[in-house]
Amino acid sequence: MNIPADLKYTPSHEWVRVEADGTLTVGITHHAQDLLGDMVFIENPAAGRALKKGEECAVVESVKAASDVYAPVAGEVIAANGDVESSPEAINKDAYSAWMFKLKPANAADVAELMDAAAYQKLVESEAH
Amino acid sequence: MLIFDHSRPGRTATSQLPAAGGSLDDLPAALRRKAAPALPEVSELDVVRHYTRLSQKNFSIDTQFYPLGSCTMKYNPRACNSLAMLPQFLARHPASPDETGQGFLASMFELQEMLKDVTGMAGVSMAPMAGAHGEFAGVAMIRAYHDARGDTARREIIVPDAAHGTNPATATMCGYTVKEIPTDSTGAVNLEALRAAVGPQTAGLMLTNPSTLGVFEKTITDIQKIVHDAGGLLYYDGANLNAILGKVRPGDMGFDVIHMNLHKTFSTPHGGGGPGAGPVGVSQRLLPFMPIPLVLNDNGLYRLATETDLPQSIGRLSANMGNAGVLMRAYVYARLLGGEGMHRVAEYATLNANYLMAKLREAGFDLAFPERRASHEFIVTLKKLKDVTGVSAMDFAKRLLDYGYHAPTTYFPMLVPECLLIEPTETESRETLDGFVEAMKTIKHEAETNPELVKGAPYSLPVRRLDDVKAARELDLAYPVAESMPPRV
Repeated sequence: MNIPADLKYTPSHEWVRVEADGTLTVGITHHAQDLLGDMVFIENPAAGRALKKGEECAVVESVKAASDVYAPVAGEVIAANGDVESSPEAINKDAYSAWMFKLKPANAADVAELMDAAAYQKLVESEAH
Repeated sequence: MLIFDHSRPGRTATSQLPAAGGSLDDLPAALRRKAAPALPEVSELDVVRHYTRLSQKNFSIDTQFYPLGSCTMKYNPRACNSLAMLPQFLARHPASPDETGQGFLASMFELQEMLKDVTGMAGVSMAPMAGAHGEFAGVAMIRAYHDARGDTARREIIVPDAAHGTNPATATMCGYTVKEIPTDSTGAVNLEALRAAVGPQTAGLMLTNPSTLGVFEKTITDIQKIVHDAGGLLYYDGANLNAILGKVRPGDMGFDVIHMNLHKTFSTPHGGGGPGAGPVGVSQRLLPFMPIPLVLNDNGLYRLATETDLPQSIGRLSANMGNAGVLMRAYVYARLLGGEGMHRVAEYATLNANYLMAKLREAGFDLAFPERRASHEFIVTLKKLKDVTGVSAMDFAKRLLDYGYHAPTTYFPMLVPECLLIEPTETESRETLDGFVEAMKTIKHEAETNPELVKGAPYSLPVRRLDDVKAARELDLAYPVAESMPPRV
């Protein structure tokens, strides 16, 4: 199971990296891409869009299914990764370097509510049949 | 190879052309073609060979066992086809006067009544022409009902996470927001989550019972009470009606609206995109909102209802009597079965699914919900096999094709990893089911001893493994006719 210890996670399988300047980089986890299979299309939110926590803001589509990606915390989109849109397979190759979008959190303290690697590991195990 | 690839300039076949008559001289010049249509120029023998070859490549219920879960690929009795093809039905003009079409309209009326009986609903309209069309009609009626009462704060439809993807899509198309609720470890709707989800914003709940996990919602009485107490309505997705046909009626379970897939449960041909038929049934309070056309019995004269008969109708969903040819086939099927036969459909569909499930369990396959009895379908998960051998559910499905079986549904429902959703239907013999189990055992052995063999399947079909990613990303749907066939003037 590939769950880097230095990242934060959501129950809907997004990973979040807290950057030095307090902004957040968001992608989907290795486990999520493993479930979805080969990626076909990625749709990112536009920069400048204000998101509520849990709002559907991006779509990842694989050969098996299309799945929504949710905002881990409330905030404003400050960048979207065009590279993963043109090469969705990057997420299959390395889910943690193929980031999707960057977020400026509305409230920096919200980040504390995200799961750490151990909690996410437990969640993944509990979801396995 | 497409029919266009056989085209050679000047090659024709005229022996079956209808006799030409009249002249096009009175057509305004602006409406006439500037160039001849880009049709292939082929001989009669070219056409016969081309389409015969295509039909031989077809993997179909007429040639192979087709246990595609949630699709109910059962045998289509030939009698249904031959009776629906009688010229009195087939050649009847849809706009001919009701008086000259009483046989057809009586058949449609009787089918409506039979569908009412078997589902326990107060009214049925057969206007919707596909399952998704029926879903749209159903949720549109829920909305019309709330709107007619001025209850416009109800903006949310609740959908369990096991639902078909069409359910949230339908709710969204009808202007609702979707609230998803989880299922518990036995595959049932989580009642606590449902209680927490309902409220004055709830327009309704969409439920498939038995669910896509192949299990019956045993707490349906509690579910309906929770939703109704909150002021919402209950929608029954009829995708899995085959499992309970003639045994349990959605109307008795408390559902307010239901759509049926006649192309599944009532055995009309499907696959490859239809045509389907998605009649809707409603409870008493939704009767005024039914879509038209539907058939009325007006003192012994059958006729199609209009907006005048149903002023609050959600509207006209088809110009004439829905997909009339499909409905005729379903009517003959229902008449062939009779009430007792419909009981047998559910009994044998369930028996076959449970037999197959028990045999596969004996053969060492893992069931997603081992503690539950199957309804008409069940789920095998190949998670462990994949972890050990690297062979995925998709590899397994492709290898089944080599052994002459259509693959079961793969990777649906998404809740179960590496899953195969298997629905044998009531029309298969024990020998066929045993043959399928043997193929499954053989492939499992291959996966354990020679995984690369399974990963490379299929080997025996006209096309090998397709590049799914390329197919999705570089859509190539239009044949470049213009390049090979310059238009003629």
